[in-house]
Amino acid sequence: MPRVNYEAPTSVDDAVKILAGASGLAKVMSGGTDLLVQLRSGRVKPDLIVDTKRIPGLIGIREEGDFFVVGAATPGVMLSGNEKLDHAWPGIVEGADLIGSTQIQGRASLAGNLCNASPAADSVPAVIAARAAVVVAGPNGTREVPAESIPTGPGRTSLAKGEFIVAFKIPKPKPHQCDAYLRFIPRTEMDIAVVGCGTNVTLDASGTCIDARVVLGAVAPTIVVVEDAAKALIGHKLDDATLAALDAAAQKACKPISDKRGTIEYRTKVAGVLARRTAAIAFERAAAR
Amino acid sequence: MSYLDKEALKVVGTRPIRPDGIDKVIGRASFGADYTMPGMLWGKVKRSPHAHARILKIDVSKALRVPGVRAIVTAADFPNIANEEAFVGEGPMNFRDLSRNCMARDKALYDGHAVAAVAATSNAAAEEAAELIEVEYEVLPHVIDVEAAMAPGAPILHDDMLTQGVEPKPTKPSNVAKKITFTKGDIAKGFAEAEVVIERKYTTKPVHQAYIEPHACVVAVANDGQTTIWSSSQGQFMVRAYCAKLLGVDIANIRAMPAEIGGGFGGKTLVYLEPVAMALSKKSGRPVKLVMNREEVFRGTGPTSGGTIEVKLGAKRSGRIVAAELVLKYQAGAFAGSPVGPGCMCAFAMYDLDNVHITGYDVVSNRPKVAAYRAPGAPISSFGVESCLDELARELGIDPLALREMNAARDGTKTPYGPTLTNVGYLQTVEAARNHPNAKIPLGPNQGRGIASGFWFNIGGESSAAVHVNEDGTVAVVEGNPDIGGSRASMAMMAAEVLGIPYEKVRPVVGDTASIGFTFLTGGSRVTFATGMAVTQAAEKVVEQLKSRAAAIWDISPEAVEWRDGKAFPAGANAGSFEPLSLADIAIKSGRTGGPITAEVSINAQGAGPGFATHICDVEVDRETGHVKILRYTAVQDVGRAIHPSYVEGQIQGGVTQGVGWALNEEYIYDKDGRLENAGFLDYRIPVASDMPMIDAVMVEVPNPRHPFGARGVGEVPIVPPMAAVANAIADAVGARMRDLPMSPPKLRAELDELDPPRMAAE
Repeated sequence: MPRVNYEAPTSVDDAVKILAGASGLAKVMSGGTDLLVQLRSGRVKPDLIVDTKRIPGLIGIREEGDFFVVGAATPGVMLSGNEKLDHAWPGIVEGADLIGSTQIQGRASLAGNLCNASPAADSVPAVIAARAAVVVAGPNGTREVPAESIPTGPGRTSLAKGEFIVAFKIPKPKPHQCDAYLRFIPRTEMDIAVVGCGTNVTLDASGTCIDARVVLGAVAPTIVVVEDAAKALIGHKLDDATLAALDAAAQKACKPISDKRGTIEYRTKVAGVLARRTAAIAFERAAAR
Repeated sequence: MSYLDKEALKVVGTRPIRPDGIDKVIGRASFGADYTMPGMLWGKVKRSPHAHARILKIDVSKALRVPGVRAIVTAADFPNIANEEAFVGEGPMNFRDLSRNCMARDKALYDGHAVAAVAATSNAAAEEAAELIEVEYEVLPHVIDVEAAMAPGAPILHDDMLTQGVEPKPTKPSNVAKKITFTKGDIAKGFAEAEVVIERKYTTKPVHQAYIEPHACVVAVANDGQTTIWSSSQGQFMVRAYCAKLLGVDIANIRAMPAEIGGGFGGKTLVYLEPVAMALSKKSGRPVKLVMNREEVFRGTGPTSGGTIEVKLGAKRSGRIVAAELVLKYQAGAFAGSPVGPGCMCAFAMYDLDNVHITGYDVVSNRPKVAAYRAPGAPISSFGVESCLDELARELGIDPLALREMNAARDGTKTPYGPTLTNVGYLQTVEAARNHPNAKIPLGPNQGRGIASGFWFNIGGESSAAVHVNEDGTVAVVEGNPDIGGSRASMAMMAAEVLGIPYEKVRPVVGDTASIGFTFLTGGSRVTFATGMAVTQAAEKVVEQLKSRAAAIWDISPEAVEWRDGKAFPAGANAGSFEPLSLADIAIKSGRTGGPITAEVSINAQGAGPGFATHICDVEVDRETGHVKILRYTAVQDVGRAIHPSYVEGQIQGGVTQGVGWALNEEYIYDKDGRLENAGFLDYRIPVASDMPMIDAVMVEVPNPRHPFGARGVGEVPIVPPMAAVANAIADAVGARMRDLPMSPPKLRAELDELDPPRMAAE
């Protein structure tokens, strides 16, 4: 009969030791909102589950200099409940806030969403758009890498055996910098993104874009940082020509599949739509600061 | 007696709390999966991964070696049932087909078809053993869609299926089980007189009832064969009849207990698990519990049909329709029995038409056998007809409500399927819709308004009810229908009204098959009508007894006693002068005046009044994403008389919500091998609460004179108009005529791009 071992270490070192020493499939669990569903449906059959929630610092948001440090297992409600983070990065909070239902929000975490490595993960595009880094603990100590380097394909990550994410380091916004996240779903909530888009812009005093990141979800095997879309924005105000160029760049970056949630053609069109709509929101927010 | 004078009613028409409400709110109500028994085993069904395959061999040897396994059954453990029509459930059924649907014999006919089942001492052992049952298949070509299944050369599901209803009798098998036709007047003459002819084709997808509670049961077969079944269904008598037949035992050997039911909508008018659990219990000698998970519900149980609807309408420029032709092809799933018959009958039933020709086809394909779903068949044909009427209205430049009014069925209208309508409330629904504020609210850009109407017969049938006066003056009402829509409250209200006592003094319960007379299942919107009639008559009999007991106490003639406000009074001065006796006064003395006061009534209720509805839907379309937002929804319905208005409104709102899901997003997605890809609520998209506005349920009351309180069935007609109402609103908003359901965002965006190709930015 199938057996699963469960460990809930209380320090990063212990967690690394347990993970590094595990035989068979070991899964790291923070909120468990993906893992438990996969377990029940039989899609994953782990030999070991390592719960990180009892490790000090894994839950909570703190400020360290120019960064917000968000513990890897911090649930969504704590993100939306944090006024400073919500004010600094409304797009990041919007993305995390769209995941599941109120009940799910009590558990679902940024690290879980990133490491589940679905290209449709709602909290990830805005995090990447903000140039967030993740702190990875492992047998060789800790390392800091850009958030976008973690997922490598659907369900796959760049984390090595024994490694797990401890925290997100999200830089605080510069003057006239802000973000936005939108996703498209056929309903109004409780659904998986057909396309998601996080856009982060920095303006000068005249309202011209001086820096930008546009990140698309659910249009390729991983989340896509669309360099050409950023280029379409930088050096411009948000006029019709800029929006058209942004739309085209976003569509060009799409390499989606047709599946039960959307066709290639539809996803591509909607990527352009959401790029325009998130840019409009982010510009307005940035200009207001 | 009749209680149609609304002013005189004290209980009926009010909105008390339902007797099962608190249990359900706090989670104490016992549903199908909540029963357990000492020594009970857990069962698991092994299902076919193939859409169409011959079963060559089933090897259970490895599965039997799993510790804790007590029994494994396959088709070999069930009697091989002969071809025989069953009149047990809501729609057409054949005992042989039902048996083979519960457990595949020779062939698996759809992905998810049960091929074996195991019972073990734990759920985990049962699951492990089910995986170890080895089934050797010869995979056969399969067919999913209805027109593909009708095409020459399509894979044939049943070698003995010769299409009924065609002349000369076919000699070769096909997937068309049956062809039916309905004719009124002279269709050729009608079209010859037409000044405008409009011909369109529409399609719908199969949609699931999406009840929240998955199927579940516990079955205990004793050594002497006496069997007890606890299960969640729309009819304990239906469960008993099917299990007796499928297992080859006498009905007297089975007692079926009704659990609370977490939604049915027609989908629990047949059995899936009970016969299998019964076979496992018989073989193991232990009680067996079987519970489906959500994936099994989607793969293994019946949705309603998908279909094609070809409509041809001929009209005068004035809007008067002179010819109406309809061809319906309904997908039945793996066995014959789609609701194409009622689809044919309901399509034009709102209208007074002289020349009508309707053809229907019942077609099998490699999908789960369809089951009833609210007004089975009517929403499908009505989507086509009501959309086409809207297209006709636009073509003629006539207001869609005016077009319907001009052609409306009235008292005395002969329907295309035969009967003549009486006490028709259709025009009143059109009128109420026209006068509703929703019809006048100005619309903004990309917003549109759609109108559609619907019809459902409603049925009566066999019902039993008992009214027992308790010794303290409270009352027990026992009825035979599982309560899926608040009907217990309505039963208690009707009994309280007749007896003249407060609603709170009446406790209604749903009896098992051994404690109340035969009662046809909960379906066809029949319970408040038919079982309500039985309850009313039983309560009236109790009143007669109460009067005679008072007469005995007073030593006067029973005719000299009058019953009002829950008390016995002398009928007049000549009867004598006595203090009135309340129901409680009489009850406490019943032992000394003739024994318990009780009455049971069993009837075959006739005269169910048909239901008509007219809906208004306002939408806003996001042109860039194809997303449709329902802005406002008003559902006007002739409800006869609302016994409990809140639950009538609830029925209307629920039906509309399911209809909106059907319209916008619900569909089964199959891969190329015929495997269902979206067997769960994540990707089978029923509406969530935030998708819906508050639905305004407008009750028009045209009392049904055949019911003591004027009730009509109300639960089914509200799902008939929404698909066309939404489609008509989208057409009004953005000019895109969506003829294929669901009108999902990708499809609507593609349609909009076709009307107005997007201008891409120069690269």
